[in-house]
Amino acid sequence: MKLQTDLAIDVKNLQKYFGNKHVVKDLSLQVKKGEIVGFLGPNGSGKTTAIRMMCGLLTPDGGEGKCLGYDIATQSDEIKRKVGYMTQKFSYWEDLSIRENLDFVGRIYELSNRKHLVEEALENLGLTSRSSQLAKTLSGGWKQRLALAACMLRKPRLLLLDEPTAGVDPSARRDFWEELHALAAKGVSVLISTHYMDEAERCHSLAYIAYGNLLAKGTAEEIITHQSIKTFNVSGNDLMPLSNRLKDYEGVEQTVIFGQSLHVSGKDTNLIQQALQKECTEKFQYESIATSLEDVFIYIMKHSTDNFGESL
Amino acid sequence: MSNRFFHWKRWWAIVIKEFLQLKRDRITFAMMIGIPIMQLMLFGYAINTDPKHLPTAIISYDQSEFTRSFISGMENSNYFDIVKFSQDQQQAYEELRQGKILFILTIPADFTRKLLRHEHPTLLFEADATDPIAVGTALSSIDPIQSMVIRKDMNGPLAISNSTSIDIRVHKLYNPEAITQYNIIPGLMGTILTLTLTMMTALAITRESEKGTMENLLATPAQPIEIITGKIIPYVFIGLIQSSIILTAAHLLFSVPFEGKLLHAYSVILLFIFVNLTIGITISSLAQNMLQAMQLSIFYFLPSLLLSGFMFPFLGMPKWAQYVGEFLPLTHFNRLIRGIVLKGNGFLELWPNIWPLMLIGVLTLTIAVKFYKRTLD
Ligand SMILES: Nc1ncnc2c1ncn2[C@@H]1O[C@H](COP(=O)(O)OP(=O)(O)O)[C@@H](O)[C@H]1O
Ligand SMILES: [Mg+2]
Repeated sequence: MKLQTDLAIDVKNLQKYFGNKHVVKDLSLQVKKGEIVGFLGPNGSGKTTAIRMMCGLLTPDGGEGKCLGYDIATQSDEIKRKVGYMTQKFSYWEDLSIRENLDFVGRIYELSNRKHLVEEALENLGLTSRSSQLAKTLSGGWKQRLALAACMLRKPRLLLLDEPTAGVDPSARRDFWEELHALAAKGVSVLISTHYMDEAERCHSLAYIAYGNLLAKGTAEEIITHQSIKTFNVSGNDLMPLSNRLKDYEGVEQTVIFGQSLHVSGKDTNLIQQALQKECTEKFQYESIATSLEDVFIYIMKHSTDNFGESL
Repeated sequence: MSNRFFHWKRWWAIVIKEFLQLKRDRITFAMMIGIPIMQLMLFGYAINTDPKHLPTAIISYDQSEFTRSFISGMENSNYFDIVKFSQDQQQAYEELRQGKILFILTIPADFTRKLLRHEHPTLLFEADATDPIAVGTALSSIDPIQSMVIRKDMNGPLAISNSTSIDIRVHKLYNPEAITQYNIIPGLMGTILTLTLTMMTALAITRESEKGTMENLLATPAQPIEIITGKIIPYVFIGLIQSSIILTAAHLLFSVPFEGKLLHAYSVILLFIFVNLTIGITISSLAQNMLQAMQLSIFYFLPSLLLSGFMFPFLGMPKWAQYVGEFLPLTHFNRLIRGIVLKGNGFLELWPNIWPLMLIGVLTLTIAVKFYKRTLD
């Protein structure tokens, strides 16, 4: 393959089987230099597996690809040295202290200015005073932040982050995304898996995967327009019975309750409007709204088949 | 490219990490030091501190000043506890078989008469020699007792010459051959090293997998050879501490003679530690989880314990067992360390058992590196 310098990740038709379960199917994905790509999809859809293949932790059963110009099949040693990978499950040593974990990372990557980098990381984390605390004593959110700091310690050009903000509080998540965008501005590329819609909206581009299939790709707007579904918002109290009644109408493909509002979506605006006219009493107000990313993802997931079931 | 396959910085990172983790794992650390001390006390007690107060039955068909004096002489020696004094031979034998008593002393009816007539009376000692160490020292105390008795009681007109007298017949039952006691402590060293070191390192890699830290370690540029050798280094020190405890105790507490050179001893100990650690790490590479690793190391330990010449004299084993034994590192180590400690063997005598250890070490290390999983597949 020709080295394309503007692509940090360029994989084509990746396949992975566990036994006879086809966990990743024909996955092709590009991440440009300086781009933040969100990797979305329900649990068990193959995101972690795909990321592991990209950083050489799993051998693909088919397909090819490059990370930072290195072949994922043959040059995993180089990829490991250059790529920052943060595992979904906390995988630092709980019986080592915060500083010892960072020191270990510094040594294993042969960083020449290790001491300085570790100090800097501790300072950024705000953990300098607690640096001798054992990692196991940290709460979930702090563990995530430690893992992230360890992963960024050597300033990799490509970050593969597997649900890095799971369990992290909102203000820490905001700080984290600000830092991510600052890094991207400096040319660092990021592939990040997440379940948070607000985070998905902060990505430059998205890839949605379900049951091993890549179902949607592009910017948030592209994905929303591509699905071309219309959404109405119904507001009022006691939306549950209304939602159940609406589901029986033709053309109402999806109803989702968000607290005091109900999103009703489908391809055909007229059919939805007819249904709403019939069912909505004065207690409810409805209006057409822009379809949100969340509506689209729920829609996509419902319309994809569970191929895992077939192969079992 | 020089740092592609082995780089000391990465290796050092692993070594430090392992040391820190071992330091934090207080219980394991205490066990590693505690096991040799406990074993030493357990085994050591049975060996050296010549066991005393061994239960003895006396079947006496004759009672006189001489027999009484002989018997009190036995009691005073502290080796014998006379628990039974009867004429019921049958019952005494039954108790000997059951292990309730270790000795039967039979005094024949004509003992005193013969003694006074200078006719060499006989005394029959029957001993349960299942544990030869237990009875050995006790039996050796008989001779002094009898000469003392004779000297004391036969003063004056009845005096008989020292050279004379009682014909003591010793029958060792059940295990007529004795193993020398000094064999046990040096043998114990190898057994303890095998048990603790293989087990600890067998868990080294599976622990990372079970805790989920393996994914992290695999994502680093660390090479299998760096991880494997880095992980075993702390245990080399543990093994050296254990060996030193045993060597010191052998010398100070149990007065085992040390005939050879300390340099030889520590060289073969180091080699043996290395072999055990590579075997442990190989088990760790092969096992899927910690339970399997434990089972595999016990599976390895049991034949080592039984067939290496520690429990049973090697040459007394059936041929097939000896063949199996030749493949066990502990067999070679037992010969080496006993050779050094007890016989003062030098390098030339040691070599036939050194190269098999080296071979086993290199082979297992190769297997460990080969089987080390470099991906999560
Ligand atoms: N090592 C493995 N062996 C067998 N099945 C696996 C393994 N890892 C993941 N799977 C299965 O592959 C599917 C995808 O898992 P994963 O990649 O973790 O999904 P996600 O990260 O999107 O939640 C799941 O059904 C999971 O059970
Ligand atoms: Mg996952």
